[in-house]
Amino acid sequence: MSTVAARDALEAAYRTDARRVLATLIRLLGGFDAAEEALHEAFAAAALQWPREGVPANPYAWLVSTGRFRSIDRHRRQARLDGALHELALATAPESASDQELLETGLIPDDELRLIFTCCHPTLAHDARIALTLREVAGLTTEEIARAYLVPAPTIAQRIVRAKAKIRDDAIPYEVPGRAELPARVESALSVIYLIFNEGYLATEGPSLLREDLCAEALRLGRLVAGLLDDPEALGLLALMLLHEARRATRVDTTGDLVLLENQDRALWDRACIAEARALIVRALAMRRIGPYALQAAIAALHFEAASAAETDWAQIVALYDVLQRVDPSPVVALNRAAALAMRDGPERGLAAIEAVIEQGGLDGYALAHAARADMQRRLGRAAAARLSYTRALELTRQPAERRFLEARRRALTPLE
Amino acid sequence: MQYVCLVYFDPKAVFGQSPEAEAMLAKIGPHTAQLKASGHLVSFQPLVLPNEAITVRVRDGKASATDGPFMETKEVLGGVVLIEARDLNEAVQIAGGFPHATLGSIEVRPLVDFSKPRPKL
Repeated sequence: MSTVAARDALEAAYRTDARRVLATLIRLLGGFDAAEEALHEAFAAAALQWPREGVPANPYAWLVSTGRFRSIDRHRRQARLDGALHELALATAPESASDQELLETGLIPDDELRLIFTCCHPTLAHDARIALTLREVAGLTTEEIARAYLVPAPTIAQRIVRAKAKIRDDAIPYEVPGRAELPARVESALSVIYLIFNEGYLATEGPSLLREDLCAEALRLGRLVAGLLDDPEALGLLALMLLHEARRATRVDTTGDLVLLENQDRALWDRACIAEARALIVRALAMRRIGPYALQAAIAALHFEAASAAETDWAQIVALYDVLQRVDPSPVVALNRAAALAMRDGPERGLAAIEAVIEQGGLDGYALAHAARADMQRRLGRAAAARLSYTRALELTRQPAERRFLEARRRALTPLE
Repeated sequence: MQYVCLVYFDPKAVFGQSPEAEAMLAKIGPHTAQLKASGHLVSFQPLVLPNEAITVRVRDGKASATDGPFMETKEVLGGVVLIEARDLNEAVQIAGGFPHATLGSIEVRPLVDFSKPRPKL
C-alpha cells in the first residue's frame, strides 16, 4: 500500500471515526484522560502500521482495540514504576472482554449518546456542558471553542478541566439514563444542542466559518439523539433546527445585511430540509407528550407553508403560541406571541401586547423586545416614540448586521411627528 | 499545536533529598521516554540553578551584568519542555503528567502564531 493512500485513509478515519472511537474508549477505559491518551496512541500506531500492513477492513474496530491495548500496556508499565499493585489490577480488568466481544459492543452507536448524556449532565455548570460537549463529542479544540465564544482559551480549558474532575469525583455514570430520569436528562442534552445551534445561527460576533461548524455539529448531534431515542422533543428540536437551516441563505443579503422574514426569497428556501422537518413534526405531534421544541417547530413550519408573509396563517400561529406559553411561560415566548398577534390583529393590538410583556419585566435588557416595540410604533406613525425604542435596542445590540438594520430603520423615521 | 511548558520548582524541595523528592526524580527518565514514545515530546532543556546564571541589561546604551535572577519567590525556572498537543486541554493533561508537577508547577504557554496581529496592551 502506498504511503499516500495510507495517509489519506488515516485522515479519513480521523474525520469519520475519531469521535466514535473516543466515545467507545471512554466506556472501555472508564475515564476521559485515559481514553484521550489511548486515542492519540491508536492514531500514532496507525500512522506507523497502516503504510506497512495496509488499512484494516474496519478502521474503527482496529483503532478501538489498539487504543485499549496500548492503554492497558501503559498502565502496567506505570504500575510497575509506582509499585502500585491495585492500579495493575484496575488496568487489567477491562481485558476480560474478548476481542470478539469488543467488536460487537464497540459497534454500539450508543457510545456517542452516552457521551452526550455525560457531558450534558445537570450537575455540571451550563457553560461547562457546552464546552465539554463541543470538545469531547464534536471534536473541536479548546482554542476553536474559545474563538467561537470569544472567550480566552484558558477560561475554556479550565471549564473543561473542572467539569472532567467533577465527572470523576461525583462518579457521574457513562450511560444512557433509565426511564425515570430520561425526560429531564434529554431536556438538558437538547438544551445544550440548541444553544450550540443558536450560537452558530444567531452569530453575535466572530468568524463565520466556525459559526457554520457549530450549526452543522448541532444538527449532527440532533440527528444522533433523535435517531437513537424515540423522543418527541428530540424530533421537535431536530425539526426546528432544520427549518432554521432551510432559510439560512436568505437571512442576509449579498452585503451581509439582515433580510426580514416577510422580504426573504422563499424560492431559495431549502425544500429538502423543510420536507424532512415536516415529517419529524408529524411524528412528534403524534406522540402523546408535546413540548416546547415540537411546538416551536410547528410554528416555524406554518411560516414555511405560506407563499408569502401576508398569506401566513397568523391565527393558527397565535393559537400555537398560546399552547407554548402554557408549557414554557417565558417572557421571550410571550414577546413572540405578541409579535404574531400584531400580524393577526394589527400594530395597535400588537403594541399593547408587547408593552404588557415589557412591563412584566425580564426583557428590559433584550434588544429584540425594544426592536419589536419600535416596529409597532413606526407602523403606527409614532416617530418620536419609535426613535427612542430603536435607540434603546441599539444600545443592547453588538451584532453588526442587526445594528445596521436598526440604524437604517431609525434613519428612515420621519424627522417630525 | 506546540506549547512550551515552563517547569518551576523550589530547589530546596527538589534537591533536599527527601523521600518524595527522590521518588519524583527517579520518575523523570521513564516519563521522558514515555512522552517521546507517544510523540508529544518535541524537545526539552533542563536548566542549571539560577546561582550560576547572569542577567544582562542594556540601559542608555550601557550594558550591565548582574548575578542570577534575584528570586523574590522560592520557585525558580528549572527547565523548558516543548510539546506537541492537539489543543490547550491536551497540553494541560500532558503537563499534569510531568513528575515535577507534584512538587512544583508547570506553566503552559502556546507559541506565538504570527498569522495573528500582535497583542495591543
